[in-house]
Amino acid sequence: MKRRFFRWEWLLLILIIGISIVNGRLSTHFWSYTGLMDALAVFLEKGFMVLTMVLVLVIGDIDISVASITALSSVLMAMAYRGGLPMALAVPLALAVGVGCGYFNGTLIAKIPGLSAIIVTLAGSSLYRGIAYILLGDQAVGGFPSWYSYLAWGYIKGTHIPFIIVAFLVCALFYGLLLHRTTFGRRLYAIGNNLVAARFSGVPVARIKQIVFTLNGLMAGVAAVFLTSKLGSSRPNIALGYELEVIAITVLGGVSPSGGKGGIVGACLALLLMRLLRYGMGLKNIPGQVMMVLIGIILIGVVMVPQLVSTRKGKPLVRES
Amino acid sequence: MDRDPCPRVLYGADVENGILELRGISKFFPGVRALNRVDFDLYPGEVHCLVGENGAGKSTLIKIITGVYQPDEGEILYQGQKVVFANPMVASRYQIAAVYQQPASFPHLTVTENIFLGHPLIHPKSKRLLWPAMWERARELLRSLGSDLSPTAVVGTLSVAQQQMVEIAKALSIHARILIMDEPTAALTRRETEDLYAIVRKLRAQGTAIIFISHRFEDIYEIADRVTVLRDGKSVGTWKIVEIGEQDLIRAMVGREITQLFPKAQVTPGKELLRVEKLSRIGFFRDISFSLRAGEIVGLSGLVGSGRTEVAQAIFGIAPADEGKIFVEGKEVTIKSPLDAIRNGIGYLPEDRLHQGLFFPMSISDNITIAILDDIAPSGWLQPEREHEVASRMLELLKIKAPTIFHPVSSLSGGNQQKVVVAKLLAARLRILIMDEPTQGVDVGAKAAIHQIMSDLAKEGLGILMISSEMPEILGMSDRILVMHEGRISGEFSRGEATQEKLLEAAVNVERSRKREVNISG
Repeated sequence: MKRRFFRWEWLLLILIIGISIVNGRLSTHFWSYTGLMDALAVFLEKGFMVLTMVLVLVIGDIDISVASITALSSVLMAMAYRGGLPMALAVPLALAVGVGCGYFNGTLIAKIPGLSAIIVTLAGSSLYRGIAYILLGDQAVGGFPSWYSYLAWGYIKGTHIPFIIVAFLVCALFYGLLLHRTTFGRRLYAIGNNLVAARFSGVPVARIKQIVFTLNGLMAGVAAVFLTSKLGSSRPNIALGYELEVIAITVLGGVSPSGGKGGIVGACLALLLMRLLRYGMGLKNIPGQVMMVLIGIILIGVVMVPQLVSTRKGKPLVRES
Repeated sequence: MDRDPCPRVLYGADVENGILELRGISKFFPGVRALNRVDFDLYPGEVHCLVGENGAGKSTLIKIITGVYQPDEGEILYQGQKVVFANPMVASRYQIAAVYQQPASFPHLTVTENIFLGHPLIHPKSKRLLWPAMWERARELLRSLGSDLSPTAVVGTLSVAQQQMVEIAKALSIHARILIMDEPTAALTRRETEDLYAIVRKLRAQGTAIIFISHRFEDIYEIADRVTVLRDGKSVGTWKIVEIGEQDLIRAMVGREITQLFPKAQVTPGKELLRVEKLSRIGFFRDISFSLRAGEIVGLSGLVGSGRTEVAQAIFGIAPADEGKIFVEGKEVTIKSPLDAIRNGIGYLPEDRLHQGLFFPMSISDNITIAILDDIAPSGWLQPEREHEVASRMLELLKIKAPTIFHPVSSLSGGNQQKVVVAKLLAARLRILIMDEPTQGVDVGAKAAIHQIMSDLAKEGLGILMISSEMPEILGMSDRILVMHEGRISGEFSRGEATQEKLLEAAVNVERSRKREVNISG
């Protein structure tokens, strides 16, 4: 099949290999097993958010409230723990908060005509973080039990595999199967490609949108659990600006914001690519601000490639499921 | 079919001085030879019909004449001179214009803005746009077409027929010497079609060379002087219309003979499948009551805009009715969404199939199975083998021309895309089918196939509600015919008693239609 000839994933893979080679020259530590594992583990809380952002973009919507949901989840979890709730219950609470916020977004978007995802989640983004600020002000809450820091820092017993990597891979597998191997996933692509035709074909569009945004909230809650574990404390400004990077990685992974295109594998490769880029620039002691500029430029450059390729062929580049 | 008693042997056509001649034109696309050494010529003052099944190469040929595509082989002569239409701008400089079935106008702009887009009247010095002059000119052009549309009307608010009028006016505004009309009658009612014929004849008399593409034999025998048949990218031949009969023309198009165009088999109607009572939606239709029984095909006739499609969409839950009841097999049901309708065994083939029926980048197989995923994969895990089995069966049944079922629908020709939508509906195995213009824009062969399938489905005990603007189709396929006029049912006829005249009478509801005309023009 011709359209398989050029796949976005191959380009990402080539870039990853290229950057890995450069990184390997910059640091002898890079190619060591522990070096690689630690390099990857640092970044993964964003990865959880990327997974469901793929679903959101595939149905042609967007969610810019994810980072705020993470903040609210984290703050409520920390406050509940401070208020006496055992951590083993505070963690599920964080997930529940994520689910609640996502469900709220999804219900508004799906059930009220004229409310678009960008408006609802823009409002949500200031709403959820606003609540977090009201609740906690400028404080930070920490002092979590030691087992909790294992989530972000620990290794699988008897190995040198970080727990967070395993957790991420399990989630990635789950969402990969959900998107590419189930009827639910097929319907997401249908909605993203032609909303009207999907409705005419009996796809329960409203319910599916609700589910997708709820899942996205859930993963924002998961990200809150791991991020708080990594930082050791919670503050209302936690995960500030993450939504932009999460969306950027998703788009870089070949998932079109106009819907119906891309998949989980591409997004995971893009996540890896972004991490390696930052890692390499870190090795070169490139300051954070410059890093942002470079990443912006690279993002535009890479996202432009398929446009250039497809105009040359005179046909849009398409890939689905 | 009525024919002129005296044969029209290219009267008025300037046979000595052809305006356009294509010699040995070939066009290749990856894996396909869309055109294979096609010859075509055109004289001023003739209507030259271009016919052929979907995918025969008509669109490609038109795109070469309008400069959208470049031929890979062959040459184009314009008034005997070799020319290259490097792009559509060049072609329009040679006064070639095209009017399409779905007018490609700008819906938010006015009639005048649409007509003068690309060549506005400008004050030579101040470069100011001369609106009053353009309005006046637009009014003149429209009047010459027998239309009193307002030059400042917003095009999006006009009917398809009126939008086509604007496109034709636009062609006149560049003094088109070659006018290409691509299925202009497909979306028109009978009366609008007659008006269009009149315009075409008038332009012909003025010496315009017209290329007319149509699937309707009525059109071809009504206005063509000559006809060229394309099949599989090759020109089968060119005939004067008086020299070729309908059967021969069909044979030339399909390469085989189609004996029965409307094969609806006699079936004794079974139990009642669908009944609607006093269905009303404010501003669209009122007091619609009818029933549909197993084995029946009920035709829903009437002018475009009489509320037929709205009734269908109410039953399918796209825009539910405000009042009234819907019964499926005797049980009252609530239908608020297409999903409700499908769960109650009701399927709908939308009129605007390309926008409401297809997922272009997705594979043919994915498109066909989207509505039946729950049946194919009740566990929620996709079952690719079973999907492919269903899709392959449909591909064969409807003779969809596609390399494989894995190719994206966007890679198919227009007619084959239409068939995919039909395939999607048939695959769903529902008991009640609502088909809105089921054969609009498909070729003769596919049309016969779709009619055959409809008849077979009815025989199997399904009930079909068919909306159609095509008289022979309504008369040939329906067991019963309902006629709508301005949102109400204005007539009901059995298969035996229905005639073209009776249906038309009910559709225009003679007296009232006068008022309606006034409303439109005012």
